[in-house]
Amino acid sequence: MTSLNKIGTIIAREYNTRVRKKSFLIMSIVGPILFAGLMITPAWMAQMEDTEEKVVAVADSSHLMLGEFPETKYIKFVYLPNADIETYKNNFKQTDYYALLYISQVVASSPNAVHLYSDISPSLGVQMHIANAIEKRLERDKLKTFGIDESVLKAVKTSITIRSVKLSNSGEEKVTNFNLYMAMGYIGGFLIYFTIFFSGAQVMRGVIEEKTSRIIEVIISSVKPFELMMGKIIGVGLVALTQFALWGVLTLGLYSTVLPILMPDAAKITNQPKIENFADTGSSLQTQAPANDEFNTEISGMIGAIADINFGVIIISFLFFFFGGYFLYSAMFAAIGSAVDSEADTQQFMLPVTLPMIISIVAMVNVIQNPESSLAFWLSMIPLTSPVIMMARIPFGVPYPQIILSAVILIASFVAFTWMAAKIYRTGILMYGKKTSWKEMWKWLTYKN
Amino acid sequence: MTIFKAVDIDKQYANHLALNKVSIDVPKAKIFGLLGPNGAGKTTLIRIINQITAPDSGQLFFDGRPLKADDVYRIGYLPEERGLYKKMKVGEQAVYLARLKGLSKADAVKKLKYWFDKFEILPWWDKKIEELSKGMQQKIQFIVTILHEPELLIFDEPFSGFDPINTNLLKQEILALKEKGVTIIFSTHNMASVEEICDNIALINKSVKILDGRVEDIKQQFKTNQFECTYAGDFNAAASVISQKSILLEHRENHVTHYLKAELNPSVSNNEFLTALINKVTITSFNEVIPSMDDIFIKVVEKANLKIE
Repeated sequence: MTSLNKIGTIIAREYNTRVRKKSFLIMSIVGPILFAGLMITPAWMAQMEDTEEKVVAVADSSHLMLGEFPETKYIKFVYLPNADIETYKNNFKQTDYYALLYISQVVASSPNAVHLYSDISPSLGVQMHIANAIEKRLERDKLKTFGIDESVLKAVKTSITIRSVKLSNSGEEKVTNFNLYMAMGYIGGFLIYFTIFFSGAQVMRGVIEEKTSRIIEVIISSVKPFELMMGKIIGVGLVALTQFALWGVLTLGLYSTVLPILMPDAAKITNQPKIENFADTGSSLQTQAPANDEFNTEISGMIGAIADINFGVIIISFLFFFFGGYFLYSAMFAAIGSAVDSEADTQQFMLPVTLPMIISIVAMVNVIQNPESSLAFWLSMIPLTSPVIMMARIPFGVPYPQIILSAVILIASFVAFTWMAAKIYRTGILMYGKKTSWKEMWKWLTYKN
Repeated sequence: MTIFKAVDIDKQYANHLALNKVSIDVPKAKIFGLLGPNGAGKTTLIRIINQITAPDSGQLFFDGRPLKADDVYRIGYLPEERGLYKKMKVGEQAVYLARLKGLSKADAVKKLKYWFDKFEILPWWDKKIEELSKGMQQKIQFIVTILHEPELLIFDEPFSGFDPINTNLLKQEILALKEKGVTIIFSTHNMASVEEICDNIALINKSVKILDGRVEDIKQQFKTNQFECTYAGDFNAAASVISQKSILLEHRENHVTHYLKAELNPSVSNNEFLTALINKVTITSFNEVIPSMDDIFIKVVEKANLKIE
């Protein structure tokens, strides 16, 4: 039996025992529901808000707004005869009104003169609707006072949307979409961050399990410690990859089946290019009627941007940086696991290992704002931060030489770290009942075999 | 014929010397006891034989040639610190461990079924390890150790955790394996089991081998010319013979037979003494006192420790 055969046998065990666990199944199902939920819920909720008919009672002391509120399908207005507002307030409970709107006489001069009473907190949509209507009415009055015709004002109003176009080396023009790249950068970076942590911890727990259950010595009388460590790391990595694939398929499946059911209208627009939903859903809802042109430009721009994104590069880089980062970190996690007798003892060793990861996730926010900054460059070269940071930068387009340099550094440090981790590991797994210190671990590094 | 040989093995850990020029010679198809107090270096030596750790210096030979990596498939090892994956199913786990020892899956299943049946644990095939009693787990561990039919078996405290019935079962299996020509290295503190089953021993104390050889030879070497005897008759009649030829150590008078223990003078043989005695009293039993391995162990280790101090 060759070394590769043995590693293969080990990988198969690590993979099978984990994939068959209930927790894996639950994660596979809950994950996509969460993702799809995150994508669908905000839009769906915004839409749900409108379907209930709300009647707002208006008590207008200023007499400016009588009959002036535009009604929508769901927001209706009832104008109350002039009476004491306190009476209305006291009787509010007996009415079916959604809210009671009180406009005081001084509304034209005081912006705080409008009150909305309700036994629930009125939705933001309703508040905006009312505020808009009053603002418009007052503006019109003021314009009149200054002798400006409304049509003049309309003619003056200008709106600019920027289409950012990237000039590629070949002279081609590419439409870029910052929001879209940002979303992809965040998703890539976070996914790598969480998976490295999650899978790294699994490797560590696996090593501790073998040590505390005392099976380790039986196994390493058949295989080399390095083979066992690599088999475990690869096996757990493949589990993560399987989980990604399941999530991807299930999320797309859920998204494309549930969305049309919940939101038949939105689905028509958003369903064509799947990823456009990453851009802010809110704006697409608000801009419906008045700015159809703008909206269309944005959509077509986004479709162009999506078409321009090199998914091949992104997916290949994602897999590479995921595995590179995961191997680097999980080797360290394995070394930590080997040095302790229980999970509780891992604390003192965890911080130095997790710190670079935490730094990367904190820096990612800045890097995504300025993907070309020198901070972004250096963090995407340092092997401990490069997996997360490089993934955050790649959607914005990183020159290939940089990606390749970062990849080479990552591979080199992965080899170096694994070599060191393996030395600590093979000594650590046979040590029991001894409190391990950093000094001790350093000594293990220098042991011969 | 020797199947395994270690020559001048040194192993230094950071703060202490685990093995100091230790050599052992394990004859084929025998049971070889590796003895010594806790921390003497037995486990280190066993790990070196299993190629879990490498010695700093010294040579290892298996079957007449230097030990090589692939020899792990011809060696079976049951460590003192042993366990199994608790959450894994019994059968699956046994197959996994057998495959790491080079068996094919089909082969492993076939052989496991045979042994599981023999040890009456076949119904447990699909149970998780954590559902099993400790003794049952030990049985599985034993099966896994011998499944790939190794030529050399290494058992480190094999009987710990077994009840008397299973200890006996295990002992029978070990003896049966020896009959088939398997060589067994057996590390233990249990001197009774050493006397019962070991052919040869090596005793390691504080990283140095202080005694080795065939169990019978060692016992002969450590005998002190003492005997125990019961007889009927008058002690005074025998007293002169006894004092002439030996030093009396102990004497007890009972109703019918009396007991005496004495050490013969160096020049006197058992027969000579017995002939003289038999004329004076009626001998009902006569036993040469052979030291137990326990006694030898304690004596040798204490002597070695004195020397070191």
